[in-house]
Amino acid sequence: AKTKESVFTKISRAIIGKTKVDDEVLDNLEEILISSDVGVETTLKIIERIEKRVSADKYMGTSELNGILKEEIASLLEENNSNDIADFDLPESNEPYVIMVVGVNGVGKTTTIGKLAWHFKAAGKKVVLGAADTFRAAAIDQLQIWADRVQVPLVKQVMGADPASVAYDTLSSAKAQGADVVIIDTAGRLHNKVNLMNELSKIKSVMKKVVPTAPHEVLLVLDGSTGQNAFEQAKQFTKATEVSALALTKLDGTAKGGVVIGISDQFKIPVKYIGIGEKMEDLQIFRRREFVESLFS
Amino acid sequence: MFENLNEKLERSFKLLKGQGKITEINVAETLKEVRRALLDADVNFKIAKSFTENVRKKALGMDVLNAVKPSQLMVKIVHDELAELMGGKFIDINLKGNPSVILIAGLQGSGKTTFSGKLAKMLKSKKGRHPLLVACDVYRPAAIEQLKVLGEQIGVPVFTEDGSKNPVKIALEAIRQAKLQGNDVVIIDTAGRLAIDQEMMNEISAVKDAVKPHEILFVVDSMTGQDAVNTAKEFNDRLDFDGVVLTKLDGDTRGGAALSIRSVVDKPIKFVGTGEKLDALDNFHPERMADRILGMGDIVSLVEKA
Ligand SMILES: Nc1nc2c(ncn2[C@@H]2O[C@H](COP(=O)(O)OP(=O)(O)OP(=O)(O)O)[C@@H](O)[C@H]2O)c(=O)[nH]1
Ligand SMILES: Nc1nc2c(ncn2[C@@H]2O[C@H](COP(=O)(O)OP(=O)(O)OP(=O)(O)O)[C@@H](O)[C@H]2O)c(=O)[nH]1
Ligand SMILES: [Mg+2]
Ligand SMILES: [Mg+2]
Repeated sequence: AKTKESVFTKISRAIIGKTKVDDEVLDNLEEILISSDVGVETTLKIIERIEKRVSADKYMGTSELNGILKEEIASLLEENNSNDIADFDLPESNEPYVIMVVGVNGVGKTTTIGKLAWHFKAAGKKVVLGAADTFRAAAIDQLQIWADRVQVPLVKQVMGADPASVAYDTLSSAKAQGADVVIIDTAGRLHNKVNLMNELSKIKSVMKKVVPTAPHEVLLVLDGSTGQNAFEQAKQFTKATEVSALALTKLDGTAKGGVVIGISDQFKIPVKYIGIGEKMEDLQIFRRREFVESLFS
Repeated sequence: MFENLNEKLERSFKLLKGQGKITEINVAETLKEVRRALLDADVNFKIAKSFTENVRKKALGMDVLNAVKPSQLMVKIVHDELAELMGGKFIDINLKGNPSVILIAGLQGSGKTTFSGKLAKMLKSKKGRHPLLVACDVYRPAAIEQLKVLGEQIGVPVFTEDGSKNPVKIALEAIRQAKLQGNDVVIIDTAGRLAIDQEMMNEISAVKDAVKPHEILFVVDSMTGQDAVNTAKEFNDRLDFDGVVLTKLDGDTRGGAALSIRSVVDKPIKFVGTGEKLDALDNFHPERMADRILGMGDIVSLVEKA
């Protein structure tokens, strides 16, 4: 069983015996937010907004704080991008919908792909996977095991092969098979390595030779326990590949993943999926309200 | 977003020109900047707070030398305090026993398997040892294969029991084999696990109890945020590990988790991983880590010369 302490429990404890939101309450709020990896800048932004509301509404009591807090955080996740997506649904098209998955080492890219494949397949889609991580030891075998588990085809070459060439093969094969969705795995890479980041741009442009509108989605996977470095990750991967969606993994642990609040606010990239375990069903569509709720539960 | 702490301090000290002492009033703004730098570096909230409190006490009443700016003096105080907290002297891995048994533990994806390969390589090439790698991750798809590939790359044997779901048995059998084959170090790679996953924590405790390792190393991703303290504490409570391995320091993370872990479990950081290749392993340098957390260049040596 998990032993997370509820943020609201903490807040309630902090404000016992108080009837108004004062500096001490706001200080406590700051601690709680920063401890969830929300980061100093975003935390100050949230607190500023609350302070404004407090001074506008002189009689705001602590009992209203919880509701307002949730509202303000949800709005940071909301202001930027549209609505939550409906389900594991894809736009109608006569070409395969191509998803390229990127991120730093060990965040959960390959596992997320396995889970996505399972969900898309369960939703009746025809899925093809591409093993374009040709670098890490046994990365291809790992994705092969996932493909077997989910029972979807995998296009692969040998370790050390050119990842762009694997991506090209995968799209060609998917197109020939009339697949609905293609998911391309890429090797983990730290965002400060210029050559490796350029390789991603190359994979991306090669795919266009097969499907001119590809990739339709560049999914950046972030580890839910990562701290403020996730900002740099979002920045550099966006620069190299125009990231269009985020997946946040490992939220089954004690880390809160609060860093995505600031990221989605600053980069206007929606969080699409959350990983909550290592099994194939352990992926969920990100729901703002639920996320904010769980941040506080 | 990672601004140099020194620049920030310069700014917060602008008003101070001409004052010869660090006082309660002029130090407050500076400490705020220090605290913020620590939080931006992912140092745990509580630790950042008590740290700045210590610095405040040290700084108050200090004379500001003519030769250095107050901001520089503050940086030096902060830096020295940080370096001290990171652990003064280097503590090496314990290789007693024949074979010496080393157990590797940590969260999912932190870099355990890669580190196991790196350590084997280092012990083989730099210490003339004959390591045996042991694949005790029976869960992650292709985990065993991954270790086999690494073993092959460095010419180190890998003990596996394909199909087995029992890490305790695998580890015990590996040690028996090591004795027969003359392997003087046994490195046990284990599955990634969450500290709150009781079943998996019981499993690794059982491996520990069975093999009685001479050294248990906790592997942690240097990009970890505020949760680092919880995880390190839980693993330490269960395993009483001997040292910490900080991975992926070739990135641009400030790595404040290092300070948090060090403060909370008081175990030395023994190694740092600085790349995906198997020779990208270094010993830990407290001074460099202190610079890194603060995002500083050569300000400290500048102050020391003054
Ligand atoms: N608890 C938990 N573990 C996860 C989750 N997602 C992935 N993992 C685990 O994290 C580890 C790393 O996952 P991978 O999918 O291999 O990560 P990756 O990003 O592909 O790694 P590289 O290809 O080496 O960069 C594995 O042990 C996964 O089982 C999650 O949502 N929860
Ligand atoms: N850049 C960099 N990458 C690293 C370093 N150490 C490990 N990695 C990468 O991080 C990813 C995860 O490493 P693994 O060794 O598979 O991690 P693990 O802890 O064994 O993962 P699980 O067994 O799934 O829990 C891989 O892509 C490694 O290549 C490092 O020091 N620097
Ligand atoms: Mg992978
Ligand atoms: Mg491993």
